[in-house]
Amino acid sequence: MASDVENIATGFKPVAVEKPAITRNIVVPRRHPGRWLAVAVFAILALQIGQAVSVNPNFHWDVYLTYLFSPQVIRGVGWTLLLTVVAMTVAIVVAGLLVVMRDSDNPVLRGIAYGWVWFFRGTPIYTQLLFWGLFAVLFPNLSLAIPFGPEIVSVETKYILTPAMAAILGLGFNESAYLTEIFRAGFNSLDRGQAEAAQALGMKPGKIWMRILMPQAMRVIIPPTGNETIGMLKMTSLVLAVPFTLDLTFATNAISNRLYLPIPLLLVAGTWYLAITSLLMVGQHFLERHFGKGVSVHPTRAE
Amino acid sequence: MNANISEFCVEMQNIHKFYGPVHALKGVDLRVRRGEVCVAIGPSGSGKSTLLRCINQLESISAGRVLLKGELQGYVERDGRFHPLSSGQIAAQRRMTGMVFQRFHLFPHMTALENVMEGPAHVKGWPKEQARKKANELLDRVGLDGFGGRYPGQLSGGQQQRVAIARALAMEPEVMLFDEPTSALDPELVGEVLDVIKDLAMSGITMVVVTHEIGFAREVGNHLVFMDQGQVVEEGHPRTMLASPQNPRTAAFLSKVL
Repeated sequence: MASDVENIATGFKPVAVEKPAITRNIVVPRRHPGRWLAVAVFAILALQIGQAVSVNPNFHWDVYLTYLFSPQVIRGVGWTLLLTVVAMTVAIVVAGLLVVMRDSDNPVLRGIAYGWVWFFRGTPIYTQLLFWGLFAVLFPNLSLAIPFGPEIVSVETKYILTPAMAAILGLGFNESAYLTEIFRAGFNSLDRGQAEAAQALGMKPGKIWMRILMPQAMRVIIPPTGNETIGMLKMTSLVLAVPFTLDLTFATNAISNRLYLPIPLLLVAGTWYLAITSLLMVGQHFLERHFGKGVSVHPTRAE
Repeated sequence: MNANISEFCVEMQNIHKFYGPVHALKGVDLRVRRGEVCVAIGPSGSGKSTLLRCINQLESISAGRVLLKGELQGYVERDGRFHPLSSGQIAAQRRMTGMVFQRFHLFPHMTALENVMEGPAHVKGWPKEQARKKANELLDRVGLDGFGGRYPGQLSGGQQQRVAIARALAMEPEVMLFDEPTSALDPELVGEVLDVIKDLAMSGITMVVVTHEIGFAREVGNHLVFMDQGQVVEEGHPRTMLASPQNPRTAAFLSKVL
């Protein structure tokens, strides 16, 4: 297991008379019979499960293959991706604002940020999405007016708050509450000395946030935000509450209701969610590497 | 009035500082002339670090005035009342001072060179190339030529502290503030950092140094301040004061550390 070099580093140094004549310890690798046993057991299990699933006619693999790349499904994948990315962007921007507000000297801003998190974290996302869908019923017209004075512009709500818009705002605002807490944890994890060192240089607060605190907090923020992004991907399946009817889950459900074959279409949906998640994980890996600068440079720490 | 004051680079008048019920500074007066190396010593908790941090407004003061080159820090005084400056104005005032911390506080996500460039490039707004040139000169000056590409995590404590000194110098401050710059270092690394600070002192830059290194105070300082329990107990020239302290508290402290 352990290479010769590691062995020397851990202190089992043989007595060397002269520098070039270091006698390295002869290390016999430990045997691991348990690993081979585990391989055997799980290989047999995997084969059996694989066989049971692949030959079982109830899975309707032919239907699965027919619909995996059907236009309706691909469009659903596109919309789900779009909803995820845009809603997450909204959430990140809002959460970025909220976390600065939480730290502000202004008590009104602090209170608003606190209230926002309290509300959007404290009510179910499904309820919120229903309300965003009903917004046009509650407020048929949106108008810009001087308070208690004349109206300047007015527009019908349904033209602005389309189902897609309602889905994005609903998902994004809900997520922003969770992200705010993640961001706050990231910033709180930093040594106070970092901000002080930047202040001592004469840096203004905005620059300190952007150049000193944010890049360091990112290291702590990214893994849980990756979690949330993957959560968001799957949360988009709730947008039928709005109702928004173009996402992946709605598409596959619609097909399965038509065919009376739910299993293969659940598998189609599951495959696509898994594929997108894998893609997101690759992106997260590169982000982590970028913001790990100066921390993961230690050579003994495995990448 | 202004001409009278500007003789002093740092002037602290009757500074009081409260942390809740704790009275950390009890009416401290301190005057540091241009080019002077002022060394503050005293037992831990005596308020010397707090005093230093009041100079560049990392701590707010509860009473009194801090003047740098005759300019009141942190406030505008009108009709006997103090009006706080904006965060931008305070940031601008802080450019008069450079600070070196006990625990270095280098920016870990930037290389040594980027740390030193940060002030000129992103506070003063110099072009990148000019900032890089200045940073390389300063790294050379603190004996770290060729270390610019390393991250702080790859440097020893002594090297990190020297980068921190270069970072503070890059802003070309009027006054350098040192907050126990060698207290977090392994004993064999203290010398290399003190040597750099000595070199700076010789170059004539005004300095306020909080330290436990009595030898440094004697050798480099030309103004020694002994603080205890939030007050300046005694001040004077280091050599005379260390040889024959006038106040019994100073004598008691020195007998323990010398």
